[in-house]
This record gives sequence, C-alpha cells and structure tokens, in this order.
Amino acid sequence: MRFTLNGKRARLDVHPMKRLLDVLREDCGFTGTKEGCGEGECGACTILIEGMPVNSCLVPAAHADGARVTTIEGLDGRHPLQRAFVDHGGAQCGICTPGMIMAAVALGRKPTLEQIRVGLAGNLCRCTGYSAIYRSIRRAR
Amino acid sequence: MLRDEPTLTPLAGCTDLYVALNFGTLKDTRFLDLWRLDRLRKIELRGGALSIGALATFTDLIRSTLVRKRLPMLAAAARDVGGVQIQNRGTIGGNVANASPAGDTLPVLAAADAVVVLQQAGGIRRVPFDGFYTGYRQTVRRPGELIVGIEIPPVRGRQFFRKVGTRAAQAISKIVMAGILGPATGSGRTARIALGSVAPTVVRVPRTEAALASGASIEAVQRTLMEEIAPIDDLRSTAEYRRRVAANLLARFVCGASRG
Repeated sequence: MRFTLNGKRARLDVHPMKRLLDVLREDCGFTGTKEGCGEGECGACTILIEGMPVNSCLVPAAHADGARVTTIEGLDGRHPLQRAFVDHGGAQCGICTPGMIMAAVALGRKPTLEQIRVGLAGNLCRCTGYSAIYRSIRRAR
Repeated sequence: MLRDEPTLTPLAGCTDLYVALNFGTLKDTRFLDLWRLDRLRKIELRGGALSIGALATFTDLIRSTLVRKRLPMLAAAARDVGGVQIQNRGTIGGNVANASPAGDTLPVLAAADAVVVLQQAGGIRRVPFDGFYTGYRQTVRRPGELIVGIEIPPVRGRQFFRKVGTRAAQAISKIVMAGILGPATGSGRTARIALGSVAPTVVRVPRTEAALASGASIEAVQRTLMEEIAPIDDLRSTAEYRRRVAANLLARFVCGASRG
C-alpha cells in the first residue's frame, strides 16, 4: 500500500486486512496511537483519514491506500492542543490522550462546548472526568 | 466477483465486521471490499422516493439536507450511532446487513416502509423492509446478492425517534423506537411504529398501530404495546424495563407529537 502518513509518503507491504492501528504501530513504528478496547468503543486509537476521525482498530489497511493519514506524531508535539492538555490537566494516565487530541483536532479552531461534547462522545477517559479535557480544548490557542 | 464466489463477505465501513474479527467470532477469511464504490454513496430523490446508496455513512446522512428535510428521524438516528469516529465509517447498508435487533436506523426504516434494493449479477430485486428480516440476524439476502440501496417513499406526518441506552453516544440501545404519526381518522390517529431491541429482529407493532387508529385511550394503547413486544433480559437491560420504557416512549410520541 502507498499512503501519505503525517505528510510523508509511505510505501508498505502489508496484508490488506491488517488493522490500520497495527500497521501504524508495528510497521511504521508510530506507537503514539493506542489500543484501548479494540472494538470502536473507547476512541483511544483515533486517527485522521483525510482529516476525518476514525477508529484505527476498525479500519483495514487497504482503506488507507492512497489516503492522507494523520496520527498524533503528525502534530510534532507542537500543536496548541498538545500544549493545552499539558497546561490544563487534560492528560493523566495518558492512554486516551492521543485519541482525544486527534478527535479535537478535527473540530477545528474554537469549537463550542457542545461541539466538543459531540465531537469527543466517542472518546472515553477513566481519569479526568472530562472537565479538564474540555477545558484544555477550549483554552487551546 | 460475487457471482463467481457468492460466499465472499461484503465489507464497507467495517465498524461491525472488525469487532467480530478482533474478537475472533467471525471466521470468514475472504472478503469483498465495497468501500470505494462511490456510486453507491449517493443520496437523491428518485421517482418521488428518497434513494440512499448502501455506502452512505451516518455522517453523510446527518449532513444531507435531503435526509434532514424528508426524513429527519433518520438523521436523528444517525446522530445516535456510536461517536463521530463510527459515524464517519459506518454505513446504512452495513447497519441493515448486520441485522442486529438493536441497529439504530432500522426502526426508522421499518416505520417509513423502506424498501431494500438487492443486486446480483442477474439483476435487481426490491424487498419491503417488513419482509427483509426472517429471524435473529437472518435476512432474505441470498449469497451472491449485495444490498445496494434503500428507498423510502414520501412520509407524511410527524416523525419521532428515540434511543434509550446507558449513555447518549456509543452505547448499544436498550430500546430504540421510531414512529410516524399521521392525521386523525375518525376518533383515532394513524401511526406507524417500529421498535428495536425488543424482539429477535426490529419489529413493527400492527396491533398497537390499530389500537391507536381505533381511538383507544393512551393507557389502553400502551397496554397493547407492552403485550405485543417480546423483549428479553440480557446484559444491557431487562424485559420488564424495556416494556415499561416502550410504553413511556409511546406516550411521549403520541402525546408530545399531538401538542404541536
């Protein structure tokens, strides 16, 4: 498969039904994307395909062929959301954080609280109680 | 391809399929990937009916002005499917094909008298939604056939959709109901009502609909509904809770809708 991963062209020889999550972690070495539930419930494995958030545990590698894929590594650690999650306690144990941030990236700049609630409804956090996450997203700039 | 190897498992958004694959409950090893067939993603009016390609995602349904205008209860159902990540990938054709009794869009399609369009190498056939499911996770789709679209005739009346689950997003429904409340007939109201998670398949409730049309009191119609559905106790809820909530949703549907 050929695809654009975090802005760089990538070419891999993988089984078309391999989970994109595993392709990213095992074949590309990008372990920032986490596996939580493995059934599309928790959102920890959220990445962007063509700018749209998806659960990478439910995507066959074949569906990334020719596509533009963005993982948490694609933000280079310099994205305002990443800084805000650190500054405002949006991350505790950290497992949900990459998925939360990728879902938040898809909301664009200055989302309303309602947009954040809907946009992150598919991301579970067992540490923060969500308030700190919402606050981080609202204060990111 | 499907003609030559009818046992191929069709896949598209994979939001149900990979759950089964990841947990080892799906033993299939050969698949037919439909995801890039953009021709099957169209939402349009065709001969007066709302025609939705099988590959339209829940996000497509939510964003479609046609769906929001003609069948707002379908947009409401799509919003209640999973989270954004699932809505971006899951398709209406997959929801229908997966044949879960808890499928969120299925009561909408049942209440709206939708038609499932099936295609195979030899041609197309149309199956009324009411006759599409034959039992738990069983449909009339034959090997070699693909669900290519859903057709929904014009709907007159007030539409209602409500899903009750542990939380708004992600949760599989404890009970899900869709209804269309038509004009008054004599003393009663015509209505089309369908429920999910209360029987082995999504169901219409004709006795309840008849009771409403006859002008029976809301309490009597609620009793009819509670007798007509056949919910079970399972890990998500109990039969008793589901009966009670079904009756409550019915009251909200009928009384709430008649106010406006």
